[in-house]
Amino acid sequence: MIPRANAVATIPTTSPAHGSITGGKRINNLSWKIAGAAGDGILNAGRMFAKLCMRDGLYVFASAEYPSLIRGGHNHLDIRVSDKPLASHTKWVDLLVALNQEAVDKHASKIIPGGGIIYDGDTLKVSVESLKRSDIALFPLPLLKTASACGGPIMRNVVAMGATIGLLGVALSSFIAILTETFEKKGDAVVQKNIKAAQAGYDLVKGKPFPVSLKKQPGPQRLFMSGNEAMTAGAIKAGLTFFAAYPMTPASSILHTVAANEKDYNIVVKHTEDEITAINAAIGASYAGARSMTATSGGGFALMVEGLGLAAQTETPLVVANVMRPGPGSGMATHSGQGDLQYVLHASTDEFPRVVVAPGDAAENYTLGFEAFNLADQYQLPVILLSDKYLAESYCSVDPLPHQLSVHRGKMVTTAQQNYKRYALTKDAVSPRARPGIPGCMFVASSYEHDEEGNECEEPAVRVAMHQKRFRKIEQLAKTLPQPKLIGPADAPITFVSWGSPKGPILEAMKLLKSDGVATNFLQLMYLSPFPTETVSRILKKAKQLVLVESNMTSQLGSLIREQCLITIKEKILRYDGRPFDPEDIVAAIKEMIV
Amino acid sequence: MTISLADLTTQETPTWCPGCGDHTILASLKNALAELVIDPKDVVIVSGIGCGSKIPHYVKTYGFEGLHGRGLPVAMGIKLANPTLTVIAISGDGDTYGIGGNHFMHTMRRNLDIVHIVQDNQVYGLTKGQYSPTSKKGFKSPSSPHGALETPVNPLALALTMGASYVARGYALNVSQLKELFVDALNHKGYAFVDVLQPCVNYNRANTPQWYQENTQVLQGNDPANWDEAMKLARRTDKLPLGLFFKEDRPTYDGEVSVYEKGVPATRDISNIDLSMMLKHYV
Ligand SMILES: Cc1ncc(C[n+]2csc(CCOP(=O)(O)OP(=O)(O)O)c2C)c(N)n1
Repeated sequence: MIPRANAVATIPTTSPAHGSITGGKRINNLSWKIAGAAGDGILNAGRMFAKLCMRDGLYVFASAEYPSLIRGGHNHLDIRVSDKPLASHTKWVDLLVALNQEAVDKHASKIIPGGGIIYDGDTLKVSVESLKRSDIALFPLPLLKTASACGGPIMRNVVAMGATIGLLGVALSSFIAILTETFEKKGDAVVQKNIKAAQAGYDLVKGKPFPVSLKKQPGPQRLFMSGNEAMTAGAIKAGLTFFAAYPMTPASSILHTVAANEKDYNIVVKHTEDEITAINAAIGASYAGARSMTATSGGGFALMVEGLGLAAQTETPLVVANVMRPGPGSGMATHSGQGDLQYVLHASTDEFPRVVVAPGDAAENYTLGFEAFNLADQYQLPVILLSDKYLAESYCSVDPLPHQLSVHRGKMVTTAQQNYKRYALTKDAVSPRARPGIPGCMFVASSYEHDEEGNECEEPAVRVAMHQKRFRKIEQLAKTLPQPKLIGPADAPITFVSWGSPKGPILEAMKLLKSDGVATNFLQLMYLSPFPTETVSRILKKAKQLVLVESNMTSQLGSLIREQCLITIKEKILRYDGRPFDPEDIVAAIKEMIV
Repeated sequence: MTISLADLTTQETPTWCPGCGDHTILASLKNALAELVIDPKDVVIVSGIGCGSKIPHYVKTYGFEGLHGRGLPVAMGIKLANPTLTVIAISGDGDTYGIGGNHFMHTMRRNLDIVHIVQDNQVYGLTKGQYSPTSKKGFKSPSSPHGALETPVNPLALALTMGASYVARGYALNVSQLKELFVDALNHKGYAFVDVLQPCVNYNRANTPQWYQENTQVLQGNDPANWDEAMKLARRTDKLPLGLFFKEDRPTYDGEVSVYEKGVPATRDISNIDLSMMLKHYV
């Protein structure tokens, strides 16, 4: 696909929906990529750049691709900056910082006409001939030599950053502020060296023209957060008091984030010996009255399945995050996919109800990360937050998080009771829940089928009553859940149907399609269990052309819709190579469909 | 406050065979709890799955009958969420040393302040008699018709090497000693492990009361502060010693969890958490 020309002026752009044209320059619409080997400091440099832009009132979106190893390999970080909200990365690049030859070879073709490439002219051979492109600007800069002169070759990334902001017309002082903050802990000498390297990089491009520039704009104080961090913030806001997990990419940063906050928020954090321990300990803590959670990826989730049934059978509230990566087996640890939908919907022995909810962006990770605890408590069942690597590890500028959220703990017994029955068959099927320490309510939470008191019981009638009780709760719950809504014009000829992280690329694709005169709308499904069958059926029946977008091969949401709504979606855009959708690929697929 | 045995008795009738060691383990545990006058509302008995694991249903305290092998993680979650509770984990040898072996190992090195009782009948009772991790070599069972080929787990030696701070062995039919061991274990600050040898009248024809009579001996005159001596005793295969092998005071895991300074996590007020402390890192 060829990058389109901007409608206003003929400056090529990654997306005409972002930025503006002033004085022959494209303002506040940038796609910047830094690429090199693991250990080159790509993430650090990128994070500083993104934060700097965010503080200038701009929207940012940062996503990284990296292999599952510690040194070497090929890493790249993509940062997009705009004057308007950004939902995803873009396939194309305005300015590439290439820290090795592989970075040039892999990414030069993605630079749009008029864009540029910053690289080390002393070590890399890059030319118009070798690139077979004369439409991009080359910036061969002595990155290594300059970094060494400023105090160490390790600061190559900082020199490149200095050059980046120089080309983009950003004030060096904002960069210096971030550098100071970042390296403060390492002492003044380190800070000074980095400032020197930044200044040197900045000076290297002085007077060199570049068609994109960034300008401050007013805005609220936003947060530069990853999906995992936002989900953790939601959980902490909900009163998370116990968190147990075993590290597994891409869920680990939830563990790290909770641990970093354990003292400030009085949370017991346990890195356990395995995922079986994690879920059972979380259940124990919840039984004791704590709001508790565990987080893992597919392999760890497999080890938790028996525990999930324990939470269901004992009606113990529990929040489990499954941050998906491609499988099966160890699969691709550092990549993304949505292959676990049917798995988390069905993972169990026998049948029991659960809530499965899939946030689609960082802000939803926060609100649903919060809400998950209310649902778990109010309905006393497991709630699964289903996310994936692209959502979990991409960073973006998040608008100020809503803080007027209310905690609902459901039917918690706080004082002594007469004739207490933990599993009393009530009208709404939810029974008052006591915790150890409450007088007069001693009961056994048993993983065996039990009667109202909690005593083991295998009588057919009791079994039926209890099995139905567990399911009745979710019927109640289904009535209270927010219903999915169409995003975009109701009468659009094309309706995207998706869940989870493809939301971002779909929203950006919709903007691209709109500027090409193609109207689309989008049905994002968040609550996947219980499934909002009626609403979805009604919306899908009204829609003109349905297009399913999912990161798996067998269109698992498509199967769920067919099962629940008896509607088959024939047009599908599926991707399962471990990478997120590029908005441009969605656009291309739609164009192919409509010709 | 006084606590009688009746206070600790539930309506449920134990489903164990007559002559099963679980009856006397239950009685000894209730006696110990009554003697120590621990308020039953502050006690949680956590088990796994097995014949012996039904015990929470027979003691009027809080109880949790979890999954096979997974009692210890549940006990850990309860204790860490509310360290003011007295938490007793109890389950069989198959549950603890077989399927739950990983949890056993890590709970010991953690020195969590809980009591851990293992109902060690050297056989799988509930699933009808297969050999267990503590069955002796050559033990014939439905899953080892020609005799078990593995060397049995030595629970006491394992506990000593993994850093358990209280290591004892009791015998189900020596009820007075067993109660004393339970009292002592409940008083111990740290992970207190009591492996309780017990007959299984139905499925273990090798380790009968008569066999225990001949092959066990109450410990006398040993120094529980002496780890080397404890290890030597643990490795004895003739005349299995019964009593306290080892005891040491050292910091407990829950004692070192710093967040308790602000109160019990499970019961703290969470109605309006202020996120500003966390969010300042993201601006
Ligand atoms: C995951 C799982 N695997 C197997 C079982 C079947 N099972 C129940 S109890 C048990 C063994 C019981 O032996 P032990 O733990 O020594 O306890 P006992 O019955 O002898 O008291 C087994 C294998 C189960 N409940 N769960």
